[in-house]
Amino acid sequence: MAILKKEEAQVLLKKVLGFSKADECAVRLGGREGGNIRYARNAVSTAGDMSTLELTVRSTFGKRTGSTTINEFDDASLEKAVRRSEELAQLAPEDPEHMPLLGPQTYQESVTYVPATAAITPDTRAAAVAKSIQVSKEEKLEAAGFLENSTTFEAMMNSKGLFAYNTNTDVIFSVTTRNQAGTGSGYAARGYNDISKLDTYTATKIAASKANGSADAKAIEPGKYTVILEPVAAAYMMENMFRALDARNADEGRSFMSKPGGGNRLGEQLMDEKVTIYSDPFHPELPVSTWNNEGAPLEKISWIEKGTVKNLAYSRFWAQKKGVKPVPGPSNIIMEGGNASLEELIKSTERGILVSRLWYIRMVDPQTLLLTGLTRDGTFYIENGVIKHPIKNFRFNESPVIMLNNVEALGKPERTISVESYRSYLIPPMKLRDFTFTSLSDAV
Amino acid sequence: MSFGALMVPKSLFAGNDIDPAHALVGGMDVAMKKQLADLALNAARAKGATYADVRIGRYLNQFILTREKRVQSISNTESFGVGIRVIANGSWGFAASNNVTREDIIRTAERAVAVAKANAKIMTEPVQLAPQKGYGDVSWKTPIQQNAFSVPVKDKVDLLLQVNDIALQGGANFVNSAIMGVNEQKFFASTDGSYIDQDVHRLYPFFVVTKIDKASGKFETRRSLSSPVGMGYEYLTPTADNKVAGVVTRYKNRYDILEDVKNATADVAQKIKAKSVEPGKYDLVLDPSHLWLTIHESVAHPTELDRVLGYEANYAGTSFLTLDKWRSGNFQFGSKLVNIVADKLQPGSLGAVGYDDEGVKCKEWDIIKDGILVNYQAIRDQAHIIGLKESQGCCYAQSWEDVQFQRMPNISLKPGKDPLSVDDMIRNVEKGIYIVGDGSFSIDQQRYNFQFGGQLFYEIKDGKIAGMLKDVAYQANTREFWNSCTAIADKSDYRLGGAFNDGKGQPGQANAVSHGSSTTRFNGVNVINTARKI
Repeated sequence: MAILKKEEAQVLLKKVLGFSKADECAVRLGGREGGNIRYARNAVSTAGDMSTLELTVRSTFGKRTGSTTINEFDDASLEKAVRRSEELAQLAPEDPEHMPLLGPQTYQESVTYVPATAAITPDTRAAAVAKSIQVSKEEKLEAAGFLENSTTFEAMMNSKGLFAYNTNTDVIFSVTTRNQAGTGSGYAARGYNDISKLDTYTATKIAASKANGSADAKAIEPGKYTVILEPVAAAYMMENMFRALDARNADEGRSFMSKPGGGNRLGEQLMDEKVTIYSDPFHPELPVSTWNNEGAPLEKISWIEKGTVKNLAYSRFWAQKKGVKPVPGPSNIIMEGGNASLEELIKSTERGILVSRLWYIRMVDPQTLLLTGLTRDGTFYIENGVIKHPIKNFRFNESPVIMLNNVEALGKPERTISVESYRSYLIPPMKLRDFTFTSLSDAV
Repeated sequence: MSFGALMVPKSLFAGNDIDPAHALVGGMDVAMKKQLADLALNAARAKGATYADVRIGRYLNQFILTREKRVQSISNTESFGVGIRVIANGSWGFAASNNVTREDIIRTAERAVAVAKANAKIMTEPVQLAPQKGYGDVSWKTPIQQNAFSVPVKDKVDLLLQVNDIALQGGANFVNSAIMGVNEQKFFASTDGSYIDQDVHRLYPFFVVTKIDKASGKFETRRSLSSPVGMGYEYLTPTADNKVAGVVTRYKNRYDILEDVKNATADVAQKIKAKSVEPGKYDLVLDPSHLWLTIHESVAHPTELDRVLGYEANYAGTSFLTLDKWRSGNFQFGSKLVNIVADKLQPGSLGAVGYDDEGVKCKEWDIIKDGILVNYQAIRDQAHIIGLKESQGCCYAQSWEDVQFQRMPNISLKPGKDPLSVDDMIRNVEKGIYIVGDGSFSIDQQRYNFQFGGQLFYEIKDGKIAGMLKDVAYQANTREFWNSCTAIADKSDYRLGGAFNDGKGQPGQANAVSHGSSTTRFNGVNVINTARKI
């Protein structure tokens, strides 16, 4: 059994710490159970189950740290792991940025564990995929997709008395449907803590309607257009920006948050005042653990408020150097929106482009966060509030910072996943003016 | 798709942390592996498998990362276990375990058969496996001169801190440097009668130098011109005959990291002051340190047969090189100068092994011949689809616990047949850009439209290098681009570049692959200016 209860984890970690002779010792235990199923051409291609339990011991003498990981849990193996980490610590170079371990902390209980998700079996996965394949066959399309679920737990304890424990469940699903002629393609992706929210039939219906609706696309000239990004496209577009909310990189002068002349742009208005972005581990739609890798408690924190930079992440080392309080990095990302549905955003658009999904986004210039990538799986031309016809895909070169200065309207936030990292976000559909498309792509 | 060459692959951290000395202690002996493998093969057959293969693998990784005067991380990991793949009732099944014991390997084989039988219930077509003769007891080892794992960690740390010191002394504001080492010790056995023992080594040293212009708030970086290689630590012993002189020194089979960081520090200062490019059409002269990535994205990925067939449609995508284009026998992928070969043989390459992960001896074959699409990359269960009687030997799994599937071999552009130096190539360019090193990269899901950046851009005016440019990226359509290829330097300029961690599949797996070429010219390519203001 890879998932240990809080009390079981506590007993095991205490035993491991009992073997320590180092100045400081931190022990971490993590377990994961779950499985996946993959399909293509309307048939299952691979499926697997996994179960892992691992213990990591980090021992420190002065500023020298060594670590060992094991997956055997008899007393002799546990003691050997502690000794080995101590030997490695003695051999390690001194770390000038070493920070002492945190002492005992108080955490609120998280809401990340859902028993129904933890109870998923290979049959549950197969049944969910069978519904997706059924839609695809009914619509005379070919589906390729992936479903993966996991139940995880994390526990840590250190020689200064800190103990933290969390369990989490997660299920992600994505499907691409294509027509037989290869002229139309659609996509849908979902991610939840709670399997009961996952409806693979409806998700595949949406993908199928995009596939059928995107066939025989017309080419229009690249250039600047008003766009409506669906949440799955918007989340992927902004992911690089979320990763860059770091004070050290900004202070060092190598981030879009760096200020000419030195320092960072905390407190500056960088985006449209409709933009508010924050983290909240207790958000019912996007719950996450209430502590981070170092054992620091996580709370609700604002990053961008009405377009102004409210906080940047400060590691404990950097906070000490700058004489400020440490700020843990984003635990999750929630962007506020309005009440408009996607349909209402389309209805309010005189001329524009609906983007279902973005693809292969890569950084072109980190100082402006200029990104390039492409539209994919359903791009449509909007005229006088209605979708007129599908259009061929575009390559874009755009910065999320520039994009968030050009916000016309935001819709109702939805839980969505990044199509590359599979991380979940709560993001609204967004209507943006002057989004820069630089060339056409023949890809479907 | 492919992930950045500088990203640390997840597989590098997979496994248990170990003492570096432990990496040099031999793992389970081959006779024992053979005994255990036979137990698994027999157990699978007894449960009804018509085919089975067993991979007992020990995967060692070392990753040392530094910045400025600080060692950020030293990671040594080992992962040991067995993966068993079977065909039962016409369907594939796979199971893996980290307990490589008599009892557990039998249980794992039986689990694989049970998975195959469950999958068979919803199967549409039974697996067709290309025949493969058994090789008996054979072995292969990367021809290394010095095992990177035998070099003390302290020596590597000292080298990296010396690299950082040169950059800081030269006026850089920041520098990151790293050495990654991989050793795959893998044993393969199959019901075809093969027992293959292989010892595969890979190495990747690299750095990034950063220079800040505080007043303007701008910064520039220059990455190392090293390549990840299928070699030992000897790659880091420079020799004069492996240096390529020019506007910046580049490297063949040996790398001078101390010289390159000195050059990088000078380059990055020059880059800050460089002229921002005027967008428009240019003739591009692409160095192998840059062109490898364009080959990887626009030739290697679209010729993967599983993509062509739709198996990767939900993630990486499909391919514009559909079977009808190949069947026509006259699909002009590129100009007549373009000859692309696939292989897993080139010494020093990341793809080089003796046998692939389904027991097929490695070979070389043509993909593009005189500009025409002539073949794909296929494994045993795909060979029949393109009329092959045997696999091309490009099956790979990133570890024992992942199922093997089609991964690209080395895919390389053949050098020009006629003598042509880089200087002579540049002499004929009126308005062009010479690009060295790889940078930003993005391509669509069928591999038509791409955009690439680089590390160093030099303006070519009337046959001469006229200075450095910045904010350069080029966009093109794959077929138009390769048909605009007008000159390829001869074999004396041939070099390998590569990806240490090419990603594919769901769940994702990493693969290491090299791409060789000589400097190549492409005419009239669209260049954009990437500078923005926020």
